[in-house]
Amino acid sequence: MGSYVPSAPAQRQEMLQALGLSSWRELYRDVPPDMYLDGPLHLPHGMSELEVNRAMSAMAAKNRVYATVLRGAGAYDDYIPAIVKYIPAKEEFLTAYTPYQAEMSQGLLQSIFEYQTMICELTGMDVSNASVYDGASAAAEAAAMCRDRKRRLTLISGAAHPDVINTVRTYCYGTGDELRVVPVKDGRTDPEALAAMLDGETASFYVQQPNFYGLWEDAEALGRAVHEAGALFVMGCHPISLGIAKTPADCGADIAVGEGQPLGLPLGDGGPYLGFMACREKLMRKLPGRIVGETTDDAGRRAYVLSLQAREQHIRREKASSNICSNEALCALTAGLYLTVMGPEGLAEAARQSMAKAHYLAGALCALPGVEMAYGGPYFHEFVTRLPRREDVLCALGQADILGGLPVGEDGLLWCVTETVSKAQLDRAAAIVKEVLAK
Amino acid sequence: MKLIFEKSIPGRRCTILPPCDVPAAELPEALRRGSAPALPEVSETDVSRHYTQLCQQVHGVNCGFYPLGSCTMKYNPRIDEEMSSLFTGVHPLAPAHSKEGCQEVLDTAKKYLCEISGMDDMTFQPAAGAHGEFTGVLLIRQYHDARGDKTRNKIIVPDSAHGTNPATAAMCGYEVVNIDSAPDGCVDLEKLKAVLGPDTAGLMLTNPNTVGLFDQNILEITRLVHEAGGLCYYDGANLNAVMGVARPGDMGFDCTHMNLHKTFATPHGGGGPGAGAVGCKAFLAPYLPHSALMEGPGHLQVRSFGGNFLVVVRALTYLLTLGAEGIPEAAQNAVLNANYLMKALSGTYTPAYDRLCMHEFVLDLSDLKKETGVSALDVAKSLIDCGIHPPTMYFPMIVHEALMLEPTETESRETLDEAAAALRKLYAMAHEDAERMHTAPHSAPIGRPDEVKAARHPVLRYKAP
Repeated sequence: MGSYVPSAPAQRQEMLQALGLSSWRELYRDVPPDMYLDGPLHLPHGMSELEVNRAMSAMAAKNRVYATVLRGAGAYDDYIPAIVKYIPAKEEFLTAYTPYQAEMSQGLLQSIFEYQTMICELTGMDVSNASVYDGASAAAEAAAMCRDRKRRLTLISGAAHPDVINTVRTYCYGTGDELRVVPVKDGRTDPEALAAMLDGETASFYVQQPNFYGLWEDAEALGRAVHEAGALFVMGCHPISLGIAKTPADCGADIAVGEGQPLGLPLGDGGPYLGFMACREKLMRKLPGRIVGETTDDAGRRAYVLSLQAREQHIRREKASSNICSNEALCALTAGLYLTVMGPEGLAEAARQSMAKAHYLAGALCALPGVEMAYGGPYFHEFVTRLPRREDVLCALGQADILGGLPVGEDGLLWCVTETVSKAQLDRAAAIVKEVLAK
Repeated sequence: MKLIFEKSIPGRRCTILPPCDVPAAELPEALRRGSAPALPEVSETDVSRHYTQLCQQVHGVNCGFYPLGSCTMKYNPRIDEEMSSLFTGVHPLAPAHSKEGCQEVLDTAKKYLCEISGMDDMTFQPAAGAHGEFTGVLLIRQYHDARGDKTRNKIIVPDSAHGTNPATAAMCGYEVVNIDSAPDGCVDLEKLKAVLGPDTAGLMLTNPNTVGLFDQNILEITRLVHEAGGLCYYDGANLNAVMGVARPGDMGFDCTHMNLHKTFATPHGGGGPGAGAVGCKAFLAPYLPHSALMEGPGHLQVRSFGGNFLVVVRALTYLLTLGAEGIPEAAQNAVLNANYLMKALSGTYTPAYDRLCMHEFVLDLSDLKKETGVSALDVAKSLIDCGIHPPTMYFPMIVHEALMLEPTETESRETLDEAAAALRKLYAMAHEDAERMHTAPHSAPIGRPDEVKAARHPVLRYKAP
């Protein structure tokens, strides 16, 4: 069996004896007999590292990793530069705890401070936290930040990711608050419906940019309506799109959140991902989670610490702004590293290429008989087509090692193209779809 | 050291992407950002050296002893990392037939963790311990709501609990009833009885508790809560002490979270990602969270998709390695190490509770402070100069001048002996050169930071001069 206990068996006996004990049972004498496990757990025997390696590799071999991924919907197959994979594996970063002891954690604290700065740069906001769990929980935490005694109602666009809507709904259920979903018209948030739903009890409205169907929302107009009603405006943004797209701050948002996974994190069957979260200065003390601040040490040197802790659960207990403590620090470090490697031009290029390639694929598909765009208007790197024989198309693409678009609605496919996909791969995908539809 | 922004040179870059091989698509003018984000412009050499310098200013478990109480800083096996890298390319929305390996990981991990916790079903959606607490207490709320039982609006939490417990209860819309602990740090049965009633939704409890003691009345406690119509939530923060020895399900708990990033050896990553697997008894299983996109609406959901899957892969690798014998062996040696270290220190320092402990123990430094002026904080900061990460300080709140030490099972007797010697030396130094301890650490990259300044004049991002 495997073990990571270093003390030799004889040492363990000596240590027990040093405590005046003769058995493990005595060590656990506070555990009442009616719950003390006498027999072994119903688990297999432990294994050596090589055997474990074989067992886990056999499971991994039952997965299929597609050579070409044309599916996004909240998880994006962007290119991860080699160094972005290597550096977070450094053992000091990997095996440290939350940097409570600043003197022993300056490297981690500085990495978070740099990450916070980059998130502020991307979003145009004043303050970023050190991360939350993912984009959906970030949206839910943002909605909670906006509620006060008078304003309890949360509104969310029906064109947001279904997991985001449901997560915000769950957090609202927790505190007994109401969530209302603003209807969608032609793939976008219906501004008239929003205007009718906003009232003096509305705390906030959340819109996803680009939305779940890949379409750009008229965020500024939605934001104006929200502010006119005295509510706060929350935007959920795709971080790579922010390399070229108008910042949430310039769109009038009070809080910007999003799923940080495209910033150097693998698909990983759904996680770990990264929730980024930034806001205007006026909301700073309501922001949940860890925040790193700059200060000086006793010799006047620049230093970094976990700051503004009076918001947090270990100080305020039931009055805290959230219960979050562990977040996604290593993912935030990875995102900061990714943004550093890409730089302003590299990030913009990833955004431009993703957008260009998505438009190229859309053009190729819509040239085929029976295929059409489900919605008009500008989009980023995802789009919905209506097409016949959807299951046959996906099956044929799968046989060619291509993960096709995600089925949405009755006859829609939500496609996504990132900068990783070459023109040749897109041509091949389009040719396969053509072949299926010609049959 | 310099920030990465201070190393930026306009025009410097890493070359990652090829030229675009399709025609450009124009972003409409109204949607474009005004100016590029001020991200660093650096070469790959700059990046590599910058992050290497950063990691040299971080103390990880790989660097040395890390007895941070309540955080279970055990060794993180590298095979767990390597195995997780085999699963990185799977899209969460890929068809089920293409990800049978991932499903097997989840099914197997669920089966083993249910066996260890004594629960019937489980979700891996929560991303951390506090997130698991949130999920678990929402299960309790759904249970009462489904029965139309709307009068239960209180969650009972002992005063020794982690701050996350009351914060969680508040996030779930409950009023928090704090009850004082008995003198031995355990639940005071009379005080518990006094607050139980038709408004009790449930109890949140850690066992062993936050002072490292196993509550011998646990069956009585959970029975009383159930009799009042409430449910019992087990905070799995301290499961490492009893895994394979006693099970929360057998103690009468209805649901629990397990910190895969503590108990099951997946790394903390400087503050996450973790995974807070939540197990429950069968009657709560219908309320477990799911992804709306993957499985349709109508369920609770606490984040997107299925959770921090790659963390589950690491935990399963660990479970397969230890197996039926290794799990209790780890717990036993965690408890042995804690008691051994407490005994080695008890001639010098004062344990807050003078009896066998579980996986961690609390020292009360009130007397030392009275005698010498040296506080728990001073001792903690002085440990940094010994290359040892400080213990948890000033927690739990029921002990004054508290230092909480949790050595874990992956430390050798030699490490424990050295740590005990270092702490004894500091005790002597407190009587000889208190000033040196007030100003510790002396060998770290920085001295004590000015936290008041950080809070009063927040500087939370870099701005170019």
